[in-house]
Amino acid sequence: MSLTVAYAALATGIIVWAVLVTKLRAKPWEKQIAATPEGTDIPTVSPKRIGLWIFLAVVTSLFCLFLSAYYMRMGQHAGHGMPTGGLGDWAAIRDPSILWFNTVLLIFGSVAMQSARSSVARSQVEQTRVRLFAAGLLTIAFLIGQWFAWRELRYSELFSPLNPAVAFFYVLTAVHGLHLLGGLVVWARTLARSLRKDVELIDVRLSVELTSVYWHYLLLVWLGLFAVLLST
Amino acid sequence: MAFVAIADRDHEHALHDPQSFIRKYIWSQDHKVIAIQYGVVAISIGLVALTMSVLMRLQLGFPDTFNIIAPQEYYQYITMHGMIMVIYLLTALFLGGFGNYLIPLMLGARDMVFPYLNMLSFWVYLLAVLVLVASFFVPGGPTGAGWTLYPPQAVLPGTPGASWGIICMLVSLAIFIVAFTMGGLNYVTTILQARCRGMTFMRMPLSIWGIFMATILGLLAFPALFVSAIMMALDAVVGTSFFMPAISSMGETTKYSGGSPLLFQHLFWFFGHPEVYIVALPAFGIVSDLLSTHARRNIFGYRMMVWAILAIGCLSFVVWAHHMYVSGMNPYFGFFFATTTLIIAVPTAIKVYNWVLTVWRGDVHLTVPMLFAIGFIFTFINGGLTGLFLGNVTVDVPLSGTYFVVAHFHMVMGLSPIMVVFGAIYHWYPKITGRMFDERLGKLHFWLTFVGAYCIFLPMHYLGILGVPRRYYGYSDAIQFIPPSVHEANQWISISAMIVAATQLVFLYNLIHSYFRGPVADGNPWRATTLEWQTPQTPPKHGNWGKDLPEVHRWAYDYSVPGAPQDFIPQNVPHSEQTPAGREHGVPT
Repeated sequence: MSLTVAYAALATGIIVWAVLVTKLRAKPWEKQIAATPEGTDIPTVSPKRIGLWIFLAVVTSLFCLFLSAYYMRMGQHAGHGMPTGGLGDWAAIRDPSILWFNTVLLIFGSVAMQSARSSVARSQVEQTRVRLFAAGLLTIAFLIGQWFAWRELRYSELFSPLNPAVAFFYVLTAVHGLHLLGGLVVWARTLARSLRKDVELIDVRLSVELTSVYWHYLLLVWLGLFAVLLST
Repeated sequence: MAFVAIADRDHEHALHDPQSFIRKYIWSQDHKVIAIQYGVVAISIGLVALTMSVLMRLQLGFPDTFNIIAPQEYYQYITMHGMIMVIYLLTALFLGGFGNYLIPLMLGARDMVFPYLNMLSFWVYLLAVLVLVASFFVPGGPTGAGWTLYPPQAVLPGTPGASWGIICMLVSLAIFIVAFTMGGLNYVTTILQARCRGMTFMRMPLSIWGIFMATILGLLAFPALFVSAIMMALDAVVGTSFFMPAISSMGETTKYSGGSPLLFQHLFWFFGHPEVYIVALPAFGIVSDLLSTHARRNIFGYRMMVWAILAIGCLSFVVWAHHMYVSGMNPYFGFFFATTTLIIAVPTAIKVYNWVLTVWRGDVHLTVPMLFAIGFIFTFINGGLTGLFLGNVTVDVPLSGTYFVVAHFHMVMGLSPIMVVFGAIYHWYPKITGRMFDERLGKLHFWLTFVGAYCIFLPMHYLGILGVPRRYYGYSDAIQFIPPSVHEANQWISISAMIVAATQLVFLYNLIHSYFRGPVADGNPWRATTLEWQTPQTPPKHGNWGKDLPEVHRWAYDYSVPGAPQDFIPQNVPHSEQTPAGREHGVPT
């Protein structure tokens, strides 16, 4: 749990420090006629952007907890009074090699999303559409690739739901994939809006930006998960 | 100016009042309607849980007289009672109900920043409740694993509801967490982004601080329950061994191998302890506002109260294993968690002192909300002190399997937040409905509930010290160490419980009857300072503030300010004009 505790402490620490601490020194009971803080406390960031970052904090908590559970299940609670020394029933698996290819696809997806973001910033309608479309396709290809990885493991001799390494492989990839699927819903809506004939790019700019942030984030999560899966 | 501009721009469309009945009251995106929807569903399912507790008390008090429930039903009811009360009633009511109603109104916003998501949050919550209720009708009935759902017994045959019931419970929890996340994103973003001009963090009422921190805790802690629910569901359905160890059940060796029940306990309590504060922090915040308003005094140590809320929030993530002293974990872990538990008592105690000092020498009005707020201080101190007992390993080990835990838990986590819920409902009832409730019935409700609840839970401490084990369906004469006085105490507790349960009907009658027949309420009957009492209409209309958003000039606790013509100055009154000419505060138009 130390990973998750560290994350939770960090997350709450950041919120408390960055957002609040500087403002908590105020003495609101004193008269503040001249120095009314009205003008100083102006959020200029869109609520959607804030909402996304908070959501990413929640998702980070989720994956941290999964990884905490992963390591704890591997080590069977060394130091918690349970049997120690050895991996118990954990039989390490050979991760399907297609995962490397999938990783490249997701990286390209993220790159395409970033270039769509640059295009929208430069008001290039056609490029935005094409790159947005490419990013989605690459992500769908990634998900199909993950499906093949699932099949490969399913028919390998190591497959057994009782082996926690196998079970965790499926759970972690599935949870990550579901988050990508959710992202694809937003991507589809953004793409549909950008394809309208009377589209004003300013209307889709925020959506493209936020989608790209989400894509980069899920790429980072995948790289982290992949590293953990490879190393164990 | 950008502050107002953002709030305005996002809600320009919202000013157009929805006309059709369905858009107005069912698929509503108005935070006030959603709050009431949350409240009605939460209280309804809470009444189901209350009924189950009455049935359990009948069994415990009069085991030979009433044969209403069988042993397996006792376990099912105990499980559902706990889970419903903690998650589906208290969490949903404080954050979905009061959070939704109060955040935009107290902050001077027109609505939540994501109204559609807010609506979705309620309907997904309702789905979670329906799935939970459905578990009563599946083969085998609901799960009887205890509200902590510990494996391995939760999914093994022999435990009631081990086939379908536990799946329904886990699915329902997962759905609830999705709903909470949607709502939680809204609450936090609204507090960060949609405050009206002048509403700095340090001018926010403590209710909002409590809801804010509780939501952050929920957003970070509920994923732990989500993870454990998914992994346990996979253990039960697919046959994985995340939590299920190699075990024989009913004389047969199961297929499971090597899973870790302790891992589940860690995950569950990593959620479970912050959950205590997810419920408690909004209660702390709300009770601060009730005490200050009805004692006509500024809150004592506002800044310290805010810091205490933040400190409790952070510390609540490092105390979870004090629920696991008897789980067989390393004793050094116990030492660490006992220490953090004692540390978290410090900010909590600061809050208690500040509440008492707020009331001290105040112009105390013993209104119904105030009675409940004072009642909360009693029950919370009581529950908090027994928490110090149980937070220490050496004391917890002999007590943890006894009724002492039941007494402590209900005092601190059941009764205390419920006192605040009642106080808060009475306090904001005139604003929500535009009518006053019946004061006499409210006081009757308070006294019967408060005294009755003490009659229930105080003797349980003694039962616990006598060593009476909890979770038992009955105590036959074969259990030698249980003296006859325990049976008499159980009868007393059961009778008290039924009186308290019946008293809640008075509360419901008062709410419903006053809604139709109560006298029309003044816009600010408690003469309170916070913004929700300064709306142009009571109940507030769609968009809350009419044409112009309010502007805040002072903190939320300007009560009995020396030299002021009245004993309160609303937050939106500038320092230059402490009594706005030609205007009575909060008078409905």
